[in-house]
Amino acid sequence: MFGFRISPSSAINLDNVSRDRFSELCRIEPDALRCMACGSCSATCPAAEFSGMSVRKVLLYLQRGKEEEAFKIMNNCMLCGKCTMVCPRGINTRHLLLTICRIYEKEDRR
Amino acid sequence: MKEIVVIIGGGIAGLEAASQLLKLGYTPIIVEKSGQLGGHVAQWNRLFPDMTPAKDLVSDLIASSKDANIFLNAEISFINRLKDNYNVMLSNGISIISRYILFTTGFRLFEAQKKEEYGYGIYNQVITNADLEHWFNTGKDDRINGKEIKSIGFVHCVGSRDEKARNSQCSKVCCITAIKQAIEMKEKFPDAEIYCFYMDLRLFGKKFEDFYIKAQRDHGIHFIRGRVSEVSENIDGNVIVKAEDTLLGKPIKVTLNLLVLMSGMVCNPDSTRSASMLSLPIDSDGFLKSSDNVMHITSSPRNGIYYAGACTGPKTVPETLAEARSAVLEIHSRIIGQQK
Ligand SMILES: Cc1cc2nc3c(=O)[nH]c(=O)nc-3n(C[C@H](O)[C@H](O)[C@H](O)COP(=O)(O)OP(=O)(O)OC[C@H]3O[C@@H](n4cnc5c(N)ncnc54)[C@H](O)[C@@H]3O)c2cc1C
Ligand code: SF4
Ligand code: SF4
Ligand code: SF4
Repeated sequence: MFGFRISPSSAINLDNVSRDRFSELCRIEPDALRCMACGSCSATCPAAEFSGMSVRKVLLYLQRGKEEEAFKIMNNCMLCGKCTMVCPRGINTRHLLLTICRIYEKEDRR
Repeated sequence: MKEIVVIIGGGIAGLEAASQLLKLGYTPIIVEKSGQLGGHVAQWNRLFPDMTPAKDLVSDLIASSKDANIFLNAEISFINRLKDNYNVMLSNGISIISRYILFTTGFRLFEAQKKEEYGYGIYNQVITNADLEHWFNTGKDDRINGKEIKSIGFVHCVGSRDEKARNSQCSKVCCITAIKQAIEMKEKFPDAEIYCFYMDLRLFGKKFEDFYIKAQRDHGIHFIRGRVSEVSENIDGNVIVKAEDTLLGKPIKVTLNLLVLMSGMVCNPDSTRSASMLSLPIDSDGFLKSSDNVMHITSSPRNGIYYAGACTGPKTVPETLAEARSAVLEIHSRIIGQQK
């Protein structure tokens, strides 16, 4: 046999997305919901070039239940705060990233 | 002599124009095809951006234009041009001679069943923006009452920005209407997850962006950038929506208890029919063509014929009212100019 294997579906089924952690995040950081996906944060991020880091993507991944993908890129953040400076919605992205680490890590340790 | 002005269409544009003409001492005659005044706005519940009750606006306009001659359930049978006048023949047998005709014939809501892939008229749980306003007004709709509503979707651009539906234009008001209705539904069903499927969010007007931020931050409404491509029904009678989350580049699907289609504003065939009696030109978007889209939006290329409101393209209520006043001012200036 050659060439056949079942690849896992990359489709997102919103019916099965667990929203508990994201809701907790929004309770502490309501601004997490205000991102309008403009991409300013990613364009200015010094870590983006080699790691694909993007606050926009982190927020989107978390909202769609793709937490693994979010952590993968977040690992490269240097917490320099440049993204906070440029966000037109005035989101304190650096603070937000720290809160994300706190909430999602806490859960993982359980 | 008190100059007569024939107003075709008794929506908000026609009513506002009549009220202003009365104030200037003219004799407006409103010809309304349906049995009631107020046009589309009479079917809406609360108006963006300040959630003004539509009912109040319409009854104020009716009160201030009550001294106009109003023919309900009347259509234009034919119009012909005499030397300096127009002869307007109504379906009720009345004929009016006038030098001025104002078109306030408005728009028509895109017929959502034409987009078969969205299932309006096929699946029970698919409704339109107009159906939802009707439910807000009357509380009557079995697709909502007595149903468990835990997830609701809004589909933007239904029949707008769609060359296959032969409407390439943006209807302008449906992004903000979707957000307004999404917030209203969240208030009525606080536990429901609400999704807006959009291609672009076009929130051009005063305070519209604030509505968007409020929908995101205070109501947790999910905005998904991607056009709904397909709707199907499952065994429970709920609908399954498929789209691409284009910001993520992944296909997305969700089961919904209610799907609301944002039908667009398209040209009104009644308006086109009456316009053709005067050989008035039609613009590339199907709406009546103004003599100039920048400087003279309320003028037609023909002497004595004017336009106001959604008959020349999608408009909001304040834009429509402003045009009605502006058209009246143009008519007034012309009458005064001719008296000199
Ligand atoms: C779902 C939806 C919600 C909206 N909500 C808002 C909102 O919250 N705020 C806002 O600012 N705007 C809103 N709008 C836009 C608003 O509806 C329009 O601005 C307004 O209806 C335009 O008024 P009009 O008088 O030009 O046309 P219409 O309301 O279409 O009225 C035209 C009238 O003319 C009559 N007519 C047509 N042809 C003829 C003929 N040949 N002879 C005789 N009579 C004729 C019709 O029967 C009708 O009564 C909304 C639009 C939609 C689609
Ligand atoms: S704080 Fe992190 S995400 Fe923001 S610009 Fe710096 S490295 Fe990038
Ligand atoms: S800059 Fe702010 S609004 Fe723009 S994508 Fe980043 S977080 Fe979102
Ligand atoms: S206003 Fe929004 S929903 Fe309506 S046609 Fe334009 S982009 Fe589409």
